[in-house]
Amino acid sequence: MAEKLLEVKNLCVSFKTRKGIVRAVNNLSFSINHGEVLGIVGESGSGKSVSMSAVMGLIKDENAEITGEVFFNGEDLLKKSDEELRAIRGKDIAMVFQDPMTALTPVYTIGWHIREQLQLHSDISDKAARERAIELLEEVGIPDPAKRVDQYPHEFSGGMRQRAIIAMALSLNPKLLIADEPTTALDVTIQAQILDLLERLRKTYNSSIIIITHDMGVVSELSSEVLVMYAGRMVERSTKSSLFANPQHPYTKGLMNSVPRVDRARTSRLETISGQPASLLNLPSGCAFRTRCPSAHVACTEQPAFISDSNGYGAACFLLTQGARS
Amino acid sequence: MTRFILKRLAAAVFVLVSISILVFLIFFATPGVDPAARIAGRNADQLTLQQVRATFDLDKPIHIRYVSMMKHLFIDRDLTSYVNRGAEVWPQLTQAIPATLSLVFGAALIWLVLGLALGITAAGARKSWIDPAIGIIGIVGVSLPVYWLGEVVNLITQGRLHATLFRWVPPLGYVPFTQSPSGWFLALLFPWLTLSILYAGIYIRVIRSEIVGLMQEDYIKTERAKGAGEKRILIKHASRMSLITVVSLFGLDFGALVGGSALLTEVVFGIQGVGRLTFTALQNFDLPLIMATVMYAAFFIVIANAIVDLVYAWIDPRVRRG
Ligand SMILES: Nc1ncnc2c1ncn2[C@@H]1O[C@H](COP(=O)(O)OP(=O)(O)O)[C@@H](O)[C@H]1O
Ligand SMILES: [Mg+2]
Repeated sequence: MAEKLLEVKNLCVSFKTRKGIVRAVNNLSFSINHGEVLGIVGESGSGKSVSMSAVMGLIKDENAEITGEVFFNGEDLLKKSDEELRAIRGKDIAMVFQDPMTALTPVYTIGWHIREQLQLHSDISDKAARERAIELLEEVGIPDPAKRVDQYPHEFSGGMRQRAIIAMALSLNPKLLIADEPTTALDVTIQAQILDLLERLRKTYNSSIIIITHDMGVVSELSSEVLVMYAGRMVERSTKSSLFANPQHPYTKGLMNSVPRVDRARTSRLETISGQPASLLNLPSGCAFRTRCPSAHVACTEQPAFISDSNGYGAACFLLTQGARS
Repeated sequence: MTRFILKRLAAAVFVLVSISILVFLIFFATPGVDPAARIAGRNADQLTLQQVRATFDLDKPIHIRYVSMMKHLFIDRDLTSYVNRGAEVWPQLTQAIPATLSLVFGAALIWLVLGLALGITAAGARKSWIDPAIGIIGIVGVSLPVYWLGEVVNLITQGRLHATLFRWVPPLGYVPFTQSPSGWFLALLFPWLTLSILYAGIYIRVIRSEIVGLMQEDYIKTERAKGAGEKRILIKHASRMSLITVVSLFGLDFGALVGGSALLTEVVFGIQGVGRLTFTALQNFDLPLIMATVMYAAFFIVIANAIVDLVYAWIDPRVRRG
């Protein structure tokens, strides 16, 4: 299929706040094809969640200003009314959030939640919806689903809840699943299971997945392409393999070094990026990363252009154009 | 369920015993309240006082006196007032209870309906003029003193307009339901409205702000991502969750009112309720009547709490246990 499933062009999101304008997302452009997995990485506060909320039309803040284009199946979502978007949300684009402990209304059963998702977009009887919910729970690996379906969220462990939420998200076979830090709130062993589950479901359902994370390890597990964000901007975009083999942007290198790797001696210390993530209220001029960048130089007070190849892979850093400097 | 009931009954007995002892001790520790002198009347001679002490067991040690009073109150049910000689306590209480219960149940129904309807509407209409308009209604409700409001209502319905517009309003006082259901309803209508306005004001504000807060929860974001509409999210999710707070608040208010806090409304509208009875008893230092009304209030508050806990478990699965 020639057409991209989702194509985001020059997405900007800013919030007017009492302290000034917060530019949470700045000129973000990317696309994802059918069946692909795109990882979006960046430290917390880099605008990952805000950009996905903007894509879904979920930013309800009156002080938000959203510009740009978000094409989904060739139609600009930003031009659609909330009613039109509602028909897409949950059906064509589903979303899984970070904290499974708070993502479900506590007074309704797991089965109720899945049934609600089904009935919001299709005419399905209560009984059939319950049957379907049991099937889905079984598919995501919840033992004894016929009993579990009638239990409340608090009766599920965190990992089980996230499985149930994933089951709910996939219940209408969406074309795109956006998973916003789906494993961050979970134990490490559970994290791996959830990632395996997502990968398995992707193969069965052939959904595209955007997985948001601040963890390079998660990216290496799942995605085929990676987009690195810093302070609301895309600083690098690449395939997973070339990103890991040859990161371009100093920020990406920094993120990479802060992940434990098998090919490095156990004893070598993990490096972290020095300094605090840039404050969006008070961004330095030019490249936002320059205050923390080991290779920063005078040119960096200007905003570096995003230099990309024909696939859109590349980075926004003067190192790419100027090479090594004196 | 049986275990729950038994546990609550045990708790009720414990509360009643502790409170009765406390009331008893406070009464006899208060200086200048020789009950014998009150019962015998002014200027009674020593001999009369002796007699009175003997008949009312007041010459016995304090624990015997306590047991004797409890026996007369709960078992023989013939406890008599210290002030009005011979006036039994039980009939006064059993007459007052239906009046107070009628008043409070009716008012509670009105303020719950108003509070929920307007609170939810305000929370759902935050961006329009409706929210501030309802907010003003809430503030007015909260700031009208019941006593003043009651007097104004009486002035209108019992005063000059009584001959014309409000001819259907019966004179002040309580009409038992068993005597005339329609009379009961008409006699209570204005007391209900008056008492409920204050609480409706509070509940509108509490429910609105509770829902506005709940709309920020993660599960609301999940619902939006599922494609649920704002109305559905407001009613099925945020309002449903707000009931948990409403129930605990309601339990407190309802318990207090049934226990006697509806005093002002009872006084303004001439309703012989428990609040008024308690007030009279306290004014006269009439221990038997004080004891009876306090026991009633404590019992009702324990019962109200048990009911709140049941409702609570019913609306919040997290507090249910296996
Ligand atoms: N409604 C809002 N008003 C003001 N600032 C906001 C709002 N929502 C998000 N932000 C800011 O936008 C920035 C990006 O947030 P987010 O997208 O959640 O980061 P992350 O990459 O961790 O998901 C943060 O600095 C956050 O404080
Ligand atoms: Mg986030």
